[in-house]
Amino acid sequence: MSRPEHIGPPELFYNETEAAKYTNNTRIIDIQMSMSSRAIELLNLPEDQPSFILDVGCGSGLSGEAITEEGHYWIGMDISPSMLDIAVEREVEGDVVLADIGEGVPFRAGSFDGVVSISVLQWLCNADKASHNPFKRLRSFFTMLYSSMRQGGRAVFQLYPESPKQMELITEQATRCGFTGGVVVDYPNSTKAKKIFLCLFAGVPVTGVKMPQALGAEGEDTVQFSNERQSGKKRKRGEVSKKEWIHNKKQRRRVQGKEVTADSKYTGRKRKPKF
Amino acid sequence: MKLLTHNMMKSHCKGVVNGFPLKLSSTQVELKEVEFNADFITRMLERLEWGALVDAAGQLGVADGLPEMAPSSGKEEEDEEDVLRKIHHVLLEVEITEGELECPETGRKFPIKNGIPDMRLNEDE
Repeated sequence: MSRPEHIGPPELFYNETEAAKYTNNTRIIDIQMSMSSRAIELLNLPEDQPSFILDVGCGSGLSGEAITEEGHYWIGMDISPSMLDIAVEREVEGDVVLADIGEGVPFRAGSFDGVVSISVLQWLCNADKASHNPFKRLRSFFTMLYSSMRQGGRAVFQLYPESPKQMELITEQATRCGFTGGVVVDYPNSTKAKKIFLCLFAGVPVTGVKMPQALGAEGEDTVQFSNERQSGKKRKRGEVSKKEWIHNKKQRRRVQGKEVTADSKYTGRKRKPKF
Repeated sequence: MKLLTHNMMKSHCKGVVNGFPLKLSSTQVELKEVEFNADFITRMLERLEWGALVDAAGQLGVADGLPEMAPSSGKEEEDEEDVLRKIHHVLLEVEITEGELECPETGRKFPIKNGIPDMRLNEDE
């Protein structure tokens, strides 16, 4: 199955039919809700206090509903009119804005306590039009996103990177725009359950810069590594000479019942160098 | 689109220095009931641009009862909850379903349809 972002730009991929299918598919709903809850958890927002969140690529509001469920308020941005129409139809609590995140984030400085984004960033890495430059678009996005966040706020992106190179491209642009942070990989050893979250900090968070713990990877944080020089000693093979070895081998084969040439004074004799 | 969103949005047209606030004009407005959360309103008070809020609310005719100056948090007032409820109403219960936003510097218009503002830029912007 090919990756959706290779089929076409998101505003065309998520057309009316696809948007309806997507929003009504129980499997997709389950996965999106669980990833959204996890992303909100990774935001590490202050407890028992309603925060103001930006949902990047909110689509039909599945992730937005998870945010509302946690008691927070949100604004969503998406490029697909069909997906947003469904969000409005479903009467989600957050306002939704039709916009292309590659053009930036149209909000005032320090607007949001946190940012979540579910299954979106990989779409930003493709040039869907001749005028698109993915580097520039990523930079515009991260620059304006950074300024729209309160200092100390976190942005958590769940994404499906096409390759480590694409992941590098994204993190490099984010770093250039002032973000710090890292990648959290839940269930790294399972192809099915593995989920990748890019956690970015806009300035130093109040709760400190410790990266959140990944799921399903207990005890595997460290790799056994020592700085010792590997000893260059070769293992000595058994003290058996070549001639002796040949005789042993022939005997073994006789015992196995295989055809073995008769022993003579030439068996295992040392050959001249030119041989 | 709610007035809270309008208060947080700014224009991202190329070359714009201060794209806030976007001029608001509406052709259809609806009132929707939203649960009151005093905590949230208090927290958002310091983030709002009060002048722009009063202007926009005035545009839509819902500014009655809104104080001219932003209430300062921490001050014990008799009718504090009433003020917060009024602010809550203006911020979250007034829905602009059809209208237009205009960039204050370039004059570029962004339509609002079905409550959704269309902020997509053209290729040359």
